[in-house]
Amino acid sequence: MASIFKKIFKTGLVTEPLTAGDAETVELVHAISEQTRRLLGRSLAIREVDAGSCNGCEIEITALTGPVYDSERFGIHFVASPRHADLLLVTGPVTHNMQVALVKTYEATPDPKLVVAVGDCAKTCGVFRGSYAVAGSVDQFIPVDVFVTGCPPEPNDLLRGILAAVGRLPGKKQAAARGGQA
Amino acid sequence: MSILLDFAQGVLALALAPGLVGLVRWFKARLQNRRGAAPWQPYFELIKLFGKDGVVSNNASWLFRAAPYVVFGSTLAVAFLIPTIFAPQALGGVGDLLAVVYLLLLGTFCLALAGLDPGTAFGGMGASREMTIAAIAEPTLALAIFGLALEAGSTNLGQIVAQTLGNPALAVTPGHLMAFAALFIVTLAETGRLPVDNPATHLELTMVHEAMILEYSGRYLALIEWAAGLKLLIFFALLSNLFVPWGLAVVLTPVSLLVGVAVFIVKLAFLAGVVALLETRVAKLRLFRVPELLSLSFVLALLSVISSFVLR
Amino acid sequence: MSAVLFPLMLAGYAFGALAGLLGGRGSVGRWLVALGAGLGAGAGLGLGAGVIAGGGALVWSSPDLFGFAGGLQLRLDTLGAAFLVLIGVGAIPAAIYGAGYSEAYEDGRTALRRHPRQGAEASGFMLNLFLLSMSLVAMADNIFTFLFMWEAMSLSSYFLVITESSELGTLQAGQWYLGMAHLGFVCVAAGFMLFAGGDWAASFDSLRAGAAALPAALRSIIFLLALAGFGSKAGIVPLHLWLPMAHPVAPSHVSALMSGVLIKLGLYGLLRVSLDLLGGGPAWWGGLVLGLGAVSAVLGILYALMENDLKRLLAYSSVENMGIILMALGAGLIFHSYGLMALAGLSFVAGLYHTLNHAAFKGLLFLGAGAVLHATHTRNMELLGGLIKRMPWTAFFFLVGAAAISALPPLNGFVSEWLVFQALLGGFQIPSSEMALIMPLAVGMLALTSGLAAACFVKAFGITFLAIPRSVPAEQAHEATPAMRAGMGLLALLCLGLGVLPFAVVPLLGRVLAGIGGLPADPVVLTFNLSLQMPAGFGQMSPSLMAVGLVGLLALIPVVLRMLRVNRRLRLSDTWGCGRTGQTPRMEYTATAFAEPLRRVFTQLYRPTKELTIDFHPESKYFVQSIEYRSQITPWFEKVLYRPLLEGIRFAARMVRRLQSGSLHLYLLYISLTLVLLLIVARWL
Repeated sequence: MASIFKKIFKTGLVTEPLTAGDAETVELVHAISEQTRRLLGRSLAIREVDAGSCNGCEIEITALTGPVYDSERFGIHFVASPRHADLLLVTGPVTHNMQVALVKTYEATPDPKLVVAVGDCAKTCGVFRGSYAVAGSVDQFIPVDVFVTGCPPEPNDLLRGILAAVGRLPGKKQAAARGGQA
Repeated sequence: MSILLDFAQGVLALALAPGLVGLVRWFKARLQNRRGAAPWQPYFELIKLFGKDGVVSNNASWLFRAAPYVVFGSTLAVAFLIPTIFAPQALGGVGDLLAVVYLLLLGTFCLALAGLDPGTAFGGMGASREMTIAAIAEPTLALAIFGLALEAGSTNLGQIVAQTLGNPALAVTPGHLMAFAALFIVTLAETGRLPVDNPATHLELTMVHEAMILEYSGRYLALIEWAAGLKLLIFFALLSNLFVPWGLAVVLTPVSLLVGVAVFIVKLAFLAGVVALLETRVAKLRLFRVPELLSLSFVLALLSVISSFVLR
Repeated sequence: MSAVLFPLMLAGYAFGALAGLLGGRGSVGRWLVALGAGLGAGAGLGLGAGVIAGGGALVWSSPDLFGFAGGLQLRLDTLGAAFLVLIGVGAIPAAIYGAGYSEAYEDGRTALRRHPRQGAEASGFMLNLFLLSMSLVAMADNIFTFLFMWEAMSLSSYFLVITESSELGTLQAGQWYLGMAHLGFVCVAAGFMLFAGGDWAASFDSLRAGAAALPAALRSIIFLLALAGFGSKAGIVPLHLWLPMAHPVAPSHVSALMSGVLIKLGLYGLLRVSLDLLGGGPAWWGGLVLGLGAVSAVLGILYALMENDLKRLLAYSSVENMGIILMALGAGLIFHSYGLMALAGLSFVAGLYHTLNHAAFKGLLFLGAGAVLHATHTRNMELLGGLIKRMPWTAFFFLVGAAAISALPPLNGFVSEWLVFQALLGGFQIPSSEMALIMPLAVGMLALTSGLAAACFVKAFGITFLAIPRSVPAEQAHEATPAMRAGMGLLALLCLGLGVLPFAVVPLLGRVLAGIGGLPADPVVLTFNLSLQMPAGFGQMSPSLMAVGLVGLLALIPVVLRMLRVNRRLRLSDTWGCGRTGQTPRMEYTATAFAEPLRRVFTQLYRPTKELTIDFHPESKYFVQSIEYRSQITPWFEKVLYRPLLEGIRFAARMVRRLQSGSLHLYLLYISLTLVLLLIVARWL
């Protein structure tokens, strides 16, 4: 009974500060409106949509809520229903079978909403390009605000992409001071 | 004058509720070795939700749109009736402990109906489970109230608090201790905490409270989340102030009121820590094991009442 | 005043009965029947209210009528007056509703399946007769009048129950009802016989005077017979079997009257005999009533939860509420036997309040169920749904009824349940520890029924009215007629009024049992300004102020939100279904599924049977062609009590049948043997 708590207190905080990172992995499609930045900047609810991915991106996304990458410190939390969500985190090339589901998820989300497309598949269909099962990239079906490239992108890149979508991407100067807000 | 203080007390409870939820989350985050969001994060969440548009299902009726107001209103009404900072209250004659229980049941009833309204299977499932748990937790609540009321000679909250303040030895009688344990288990069940329900789950099949609110968005969701936080605060307030009432202001001077506020926040923080530790240690119970847990709390409550009878 | 109201009551009912016979099935006839019934009930209400408010008892006797049995003697005291008020309160909305509902019988078709009906034309006549006989039961002052009116009440209600006689199961339900009503009658009659020592012409006054002289064992036997007879009318487990059979098949306004008023007369009888005539008894009487009440309450609601037939669910819920009322009465009898008169008064007030409330909200619920039946021709909840958009008024009224029966503030169910809790909490003062210990158990069981009732009515309202229609008739449902809506609306207003104004109702109820059976002649005082206050300050609360507060908050919150300029934009969209392409009614939760967790929790009690048949594809056992699952819950007292009893009766009947061989020679032998025997007996005696 006490052993788990002993282990917890021995381990201590393991969250890593977020660094500035490679500028090419995060691509902002258009400028973020001031209203969105003000509304969603401090508290963001994310609904993850797997539109046909190989789940490599999902494994990286799962790491986000763990102790090392800790997305919660930025006010980000994951929700089950798109009605509760502000941001859709879409992975995978959009397959024929998931096309309607993706659009319905987008419609079910209340405004103002954002979309971050994760991985090379979401941007260019990646290695599955031209397959009989693939209908197209994410931006062909729903408007995308940020692309995070990589196959799969690292959790830090994911965090940077999400923060960029709400206009809170830390610059190089702020990175050191802002390493892991609490 | 004291009626105004009663209202102020309720409004203070309303203001503290999101902070309490945030504090529990912060404790849990630290126990998971991560930084987590600040304890005041839920305030930002509520502000954001109030700014979002709403989306409503076209199967839903007027009940779906009215339910968040009823849930919020009934929970807020309870916040005005319970002693948080001082006791006894001017509004104490309006509602006693039984009235508090039934006002909370009003909120649960409306929320369950709102879960059934859009016609989703998840909503129905959440409503069904929530009503099952509420129904089985009722006898324990009633018996715990019975036990407290017998000691105090009244079901009115002010009397119960006054009785314990007057005889400090009452607080450690077996009756009181068992009633506390029973009420603590019921708190976990009614507010949707582990091991009964996981408030942070994303798996719909494991949800109870969350499943009923999957269709809500915008300001409706904000009201419901706030009401849920307020319900947690109410149960914590009952647990702490009925069983350990020291710190409650009995005279209405500014100093004692400030002390009352400070002590209340300390009590809430302590209970938040206990719940966080418990949630870190235990796993969620299978739904059909929950009645066993609630039966345990029922037996504890029954024993507490019997001991008051036997020891009178 | 009372000199006018009593003949007016008789005249009203007579007029309604005649209109039922002669008025025809058209709209005029129906409204004349309703007018007569309403007038009679209203006069009765006024009469009863007058007696409670402070007039003296009304006496009326006709010794020459049926003189051999003591004549027709009527006396209206406060106890009977309370039930007269109850009849009025239940009958007026039901009569108005019935005028609209009976339209379904107009064109010779029943509401359910459009078969030619039989017997519906007499229903107006029977309705007035039913109401009249109930009123006279409450006023009866000697054994003969009481039993005569009791039998008239049972018979007229039997005919009302089988109105839709061409429906499946109606006649059988009527048979059960008649059989059990007569069994109860036999018990009551036997009890009175023993009480009066064989004197059929005895009046209640002489019974009251002679009660103290009877030996304790005899008093207990009389009490038990009364409990059995009146209990079966009231629907106590295990004598309740007729209730879930008869209430669903009767026309809905009749169901409302039966649930709301008829079964309460069982309580009246019990109170009259045990408290008034016998003058109270040892504590175990009250304990027995309390125990039976607690068991009825829990079992009633548990079986209600498993029902998918809307009206059967409501019938079982009536069993539950009668259990709650009996718990209050039992507690009252216990306190009475220990001389704790203040608490006894409180318990009886709580029981009477719940009686009144139950008439209001159960009547409302049955009228609502009738409106649903009228519109969709089905009682099966699994085929309903989405009615809140098609029948908005009915849905709203049903919601009020459902919230009231779940004891939610600020409606009436909450007030009476609070009073019953307070009465049970007073059990702490009972000197005997064993008796006192059953109080916490009773509190626990009451709380359990309360929680289960809330779950049951979330199911009843939610599955029937919310979400999407599960069948074509539900899609094509229409709103109830104005007459039906008026009846429901009256009862909804009553529910609200009884919930918000208890400080006005409780003093009146406090007068009902004042001076009866050894209770103090001063009425029970339980109010303090706008709130209810228990004796010795044990509890205080004000439903009126709570209602004001709740309404205030509900009005204030949107105003504050508007002031803070929160986002009020709304967009309509499909229900979120995890991205599936459409939504069909099969994706909704069903009534059976809703109650399934509770079925599992209480599976030892329900003992459902399960039959699972899986058909595999003939060529491979990995492909399933069909799965059939049947599960049935038979109430265990049916298995344990009724089936053996019925088997025993059939066995005895088979034995006796041997005598009827059909042979003329044997019959002639019987006759000659009997003749010889009689001659011998006459010769030797």
